[in-house]
Amino acid sequence: MKFEQLDMDLLQAVADIKGIPSGAVNIRRNGEAVFRHSSPNIIIATNPENKGLIVEVKAGTKGETVHVPVILTDSGFHDRVYNTFKIAEDAEVTIIAGCGIHNDSHSDSSHNGIHEIIVGPRAHVKYLEKHYGEGRGEGKRILNPTTVVRVENGGSIEMEMLQIKGVDDTIRTTTAYVQEKGNLKVVERLLTHGRQKAESDIRVEIEGQGAAAQILSRSVAQDDSYQLFKAALVGKNECTGHVECDAILMDKARIKSIPQLEAEDANAVLTHEAAIGKIAGEQLIKLMSLGLSEQEAIDTILEGFLR
Amino acid sequence: MLKLENISLAVNGQNGANKEIIRGIDLEFHPNRLYAITGPNGGGKTSIAKIIMGIYKQSGGNIYLDGENINDLSVSERARKGIAYAFQQPPRFKGLTVSDLMQIARPGLDGMNLRTSLRDVGLCPEDYLDRDIGPGLSGGEIKRIEIAQLLARDAKISIFDEPEAGVDLWTIQKLIAIIMSKFRSKQGETAVIITHNENVLHIVDEIIMVEEGQIKDRGTPDEIWPLIRHEVECKMKEQCRGEMVYEI
Repeated sequence: MKFEQLDMDLLQAVADIKGIPSGAVNIRRNGEAVFRHSSPNIIIATNPENKGLIVEVKAGTKGETVHVPVILTDSGFHDRVYNTFKIAEDAEVTIIAGCGIHNDSHSDSSHNGIHEIIVGPRAHVKYLEKHYGEGRGEGKRILNPTTVVRVENGGSIEMEMLQIKGVDDTIRTTTAYVQEKGNLKVVERLLTHGRQKAESDIRVEIEGQGAAAQILSRSVAQDDSYQLFKAALVGKNECTGHVECDAILMDKARIKSIPQLEAEDANAVLTHEAAIGKIAGEQLIKLMSLGLSEQEAIDTILEGFLR
Repeated sequence: MLKLENISLAVNGQNGANKEIIRGIDLEFHPNRLYAITGPNGGGKTSIAKIIMGIYKQSGGNIYLDGENINDLSVSERARKGIAYAFQQPPRFKGLTVSDLMQIARPGLDGMNLRTSLRDVGLCPEDYLDRDIGPGLSGGEIKRIEIAQLLARDAKISIFDEPEAGVDLWTIQKLIAIIMSKFRSKQGETAVIITHNENVLHIVDEIIMVEEGQIKDRGTPDEIWPLIRHEVECKMKEQCRGEMVYEI
């Protein structure tokens, strides 16, 4: 399979890859799998409905990575994919997903990725998903990921979702169920600008005894953009959960943040923190007193905040 | 040399009228000399420092750095010309590490010097370099990092705003010792320490006593300390219905 420069640029932006990476890989372009490679421990197959993938990581797999990036370069293309990740017991794996859209047309392009991730007993997963959009057209670049996560006994997953540039509209829906001694951490980093809109709706049900969950969000809203962040933690057993959402508001942007805690067990310990505000003047002055210009100081603060 | 000429600063008072909180300040800070600015709380010490740094714009008067009028220079421009200021209460940053901030303070600072700068202020580099300058650090730790940045910069004029504030007694002595030894060993630099610490007042070259926005006295420690001691005693008696709060 030959990739064009545009494809490679998008792949680098969303999955940080400069060529075909080693290990298990599936690259989807404009609705079709254009490159696929399984590894001995990670099998990638088309699902029975022929609408996506089943990725199976064998029990006891250690330190492997699977790349499943999606790129859209055809104007006005609307893509929908259903992917299932089954991580067997005691496996340790990193999943690098992500979607990049290049749209030079006046028609909207969209990608709807519906993912189910099953983290087996004592398995550990790191899941990275980066969203990116570019192109000169007035057509929107739309990304609507839906993710369902099931963490089985003693399993853990750390999910890092990043959207920094170029996505006009996004509705991200994440639902997770965490069983006994399971652990889930969701980290969202988001920057919106122009007239972009981003909604994130996360609901985590902590079902098992001794389970834990964290939802951490850092976002920056610039220009006329709008963000809605909803994060609900439901404690159904003796468990711990924490929601933290920090946001920096600039220009005429708007942010609505709705953390929600539901405790259904007297031994559930659930906490939340939320803060929205502009860049603190004393932070700017401090960095300027070290020689940075005002714009450099703003950029440094935002870069650190979203790191 | 830094020269302040007839500097004043007016702010909006409670009744909306302008209130002058700094009046007629004339000062010169020369290379290779250590200065202490002292005086009662609210007397104008920090305001003078912030005027020098460009954080506050003076209402009147002129500031010269090596003969150049820097009235219209921004905070950034003054920093690039060699004026440095360690804040009394440094801000915290989510996502910026100690290493990040040190590299901003002194671009190109190599790993060895970076580590030395932290060790100098009593911080173990391995424990701090990658830590956020956020809520996880205590006020005393943030203060020491602030001082480490200033010491790493080799600025022409370094202003330390109450380095003792929020720092434990043992650490204060160490910090004072390191500030002194750094500046005594360098050529062409000037240090200004805003302080209430008696030990500092005894070892600088010159003390400037600021009260009610004006320079009350200035001179060597031998000249000024007896005057300051009396002034401070009287002030404390006034503030506590004629009784001493503690022995000076």
